[in-house]
Amino acid sequence: MNAILHDLADPNSILFMIWTTLAKSAGLLGVVLGMVSYTVYAERRVSSLMQDRLGPNRTGFPISLLGFGLKDWSPILGGLGQPIADAVKLLLKEDFTPAYVKKFYYWIAPALGIAAAIISLAVIPFGSKIGTVDMVIANIDIGPLFIFAISSLGVYGIVLAGWSANSKYPFLGAIRSTSQLISYELALGLSVVPLFLIIGKLNLVEIVHYQVQNGWMLLPGLTAGKLPTLSQVLCWIPVLISFLVFTIAMFAETNRLPFDLPEAETELVGGYHTEYSSMKFALFFLGEYTAMITGSSLIITLFLGAWHFPGIPDGSMSGWPGVLWGLVNIGVFFTKVFAFLIFFIFIRWTLPRFRYDQLMKLGWIWLFEIALVNIFLTALIVAFVH
Amino acid sequence: MSPILFWIFAALMLGFGAATLVNRNPVASALSLVVSLLGLSALFFSLDAYFIGVIQILVYAGAVMVLFLFIIMLLDLKAEQRRQISLPVLLGGVAVTALFVTQIALVVRTFQVGNKPFPSLAAKFDDASNIGNMLFSHYNLPFQVIGVLILVASIGVVVLSKRELN
Amino acid sequence: MAYQVPRPKLTFAEKIYLPSVIAGLKITLGHLWRMLRGKTHVCMQYPEEKWDSHLPPHYRGAPTLVSDEFGRTRCVACQLCEFICPPRAIRIKPGEIPAENKFAKVEKFPEEFQIDMIRCIYCGLCEEVCPEQAIFLKKEYAITGTSRAAMMHQKEKLIEMGGIQPGVVNKWNEKK
Repeated sequence: MNAILHDLADPNSILFMIWTTLAKSAGLLGVVLGMVSYTVYAERRVSSLMQDRLGPNRTGFPISLLGFGLKDWSPILGGLGQPIADAVKLLLKEDFTPAYVKKFYYWIAPALGIAAAIISLAVIPFGSKIGTVDMVIANIDIGPLFIFAISSLGVYGIVLAGWSANSKYPFLGAIRSTSQLISYELALGLSVVPLFLIIGKLNLVEIVHYQVQNGWMLLPGLTAGKLPTLSQVLCWIPVLISFLVFTIAMFAETNRLPFDLPEAETELVGGYHTEYSSMKFALFFLGEYTAMITGSSLIITLFLGAWHFPGIPDGSMSGWPGVLWGLVNIGVFFTKVFAFLIFFIFIRWTLPRFRYDQLMKLGWIWLFEIALVNIFLTALIVAFVH
Repeated sequence: MSPILFWIFAALMLGFGAATLVNRNPVASALSLVVSLLGLSALFFSLDAYFIGVIQILVYAGAVMVLFLFIIMLLDLKAEQRRQISLPVLLGGVAVTALFVTQIALVVRTFQVGNKPFPSLAAKFDDASNIGNMLFSHYNLPFQVIGVLILVASIGVVVLSKRELN
Repeated sequence: MAYQVPRPKLTFAEKIYLPSVIAGLKITLGHLWRMLRGKTHVCMQYPEEKWDSHLPPHYRGAPTLVSDEFGRTRCVACQLCEFICPPRAIRIKPGEIPAENKFAKVEKFPEEFQIDMIRCIYCGLCEEVCPEQAIFLKKEYAITGTSRAAMMHQKEKLIEMGGIQPGVVNKWNEKK
């Protein structure tokens, strides 16, 4: 018994690794899923405020039902209970399976969709360190590639959902979505190559460390508290191009407006999840928003310094200061992610939807070519600087 | 990686590989192949070849198989499901497979280099940069030639898919 | 004949689209900012704020039974409203007024009068057709209930909602 307790506290033992990893996974999943539901809420609130409406502002927490003379605080907490009410509603709704669907694929499609979105969270460094523990679930050398690979598997959820529904609108939605995802994956993958050329590493944790020392990729030098060198200034040009291409491709990859062709309500009823109801529909919804969070996290990790903020130390010191600063770093990371999600929402409620041929043209003729040329440009600059 | 995981993933790969052939439903076949490819990439991971493993998923499971599935769904193949298995074909297939497996077994038994234990890797081993170095220094010429070959193939596709040829 | 839609010539700034994104964001964020400062007031917080005082005089709300100045229901159970009601929401059970009654001249009164507010379409035909001006559409529009029975307005409820309304038709009044 004592040996096990000793193992649990010893940073080099396998038991220590197992329980910290489990704790990190559970914590991250909890935070991200909570964030998903409040992103949906933020989406509804922000969109309505942008359209001169108020949005869901009533569902509070009925704590007065508990008795004890508690007050409801509804005017203050108004609307914040909405995600919980939505979740309860979705769980309790009738889970209807149409008679004509292909049952097996109909059932596994939502699970595939959300699994892909959640698995890719594993390699994202969402914080610096707490004591000796790295705040990343799996520190592997090919982080971005891993994310691209897993998110490319997420297509299966959509394809199978559309196909198994055995009805034309979901199928059209699935076809659109597949071709869209395949087209934009290329631009997505190629656009970040310049970054790896400059940094020389494929490991997300090391990419973040590079940014801590040399300033964020988009703000070279400045955030590390020094003036940027000539090479950093030169490299900033391809980094900016790569940031723009990556962000646009990420919008398309997460099926957000202006690229939400797969579920264009006005044309396709509901897209690939037309035939789904209740929790299966909610799984698609969760998957979509989780993919948004993964995408934002990746953009922030690659271009905006992840958990780093000038003047805030990382949590590698021992004892309570380490824990405290580690938690602050995690907070900084999620604040940045949330800011990016709000940006996603702003864009969604501002731009009209692209036409399908415009979407394909943008992906194949513009973004793909720009990303390719950008790689050569970066190679030239890197060769010139060395 | 522990041998248990190796056996699990190997069994997954082989089982779904067989399912690819046995399934009469084309979509089920394609999906079995995807799972089989995932098992294969897990085996690559177990050899610390992360880069190859991820590329396996990214290219084969994530792109090629999606296109396959796409085509299968669009064509909506029904003929394959109705086809009967004829005895001569079955026997022929079994015979060829048996011959092939025997051949491989003989080669593996007499392949002396395969009996030597592989030297263990350094603790921190960056396989992506290793592959890059190999590809662009040692195998530079074949790599470039393959690039030209793929270019020729893609130009050929464009030419063929154009309806009117002047 | 096919009609070719003339495509506008786009400038470079329009082609790369990013300036239009910024222009669009300026508009939407402007609205957001105005809203956050509380300068926009377009929504009415419905249950707390109501528009009732602005309802026009001819507004058609819930149908009710009105009473005359003696507190007597004006309805004579002629059942015209029951017959004309398009969704058949009205059910009347006529009863006879005993001879010794002060209003024996009227002959009939509604023993039961019920309007199914789930079916009612607020068309106002009942009000239109009533020869006695006994049924009026009032301005109440928020008719809710937690059960079907609660949505079935019975005679007592209808009379209570209708209130007293001195009218022009008074031919059953002894004094006239």
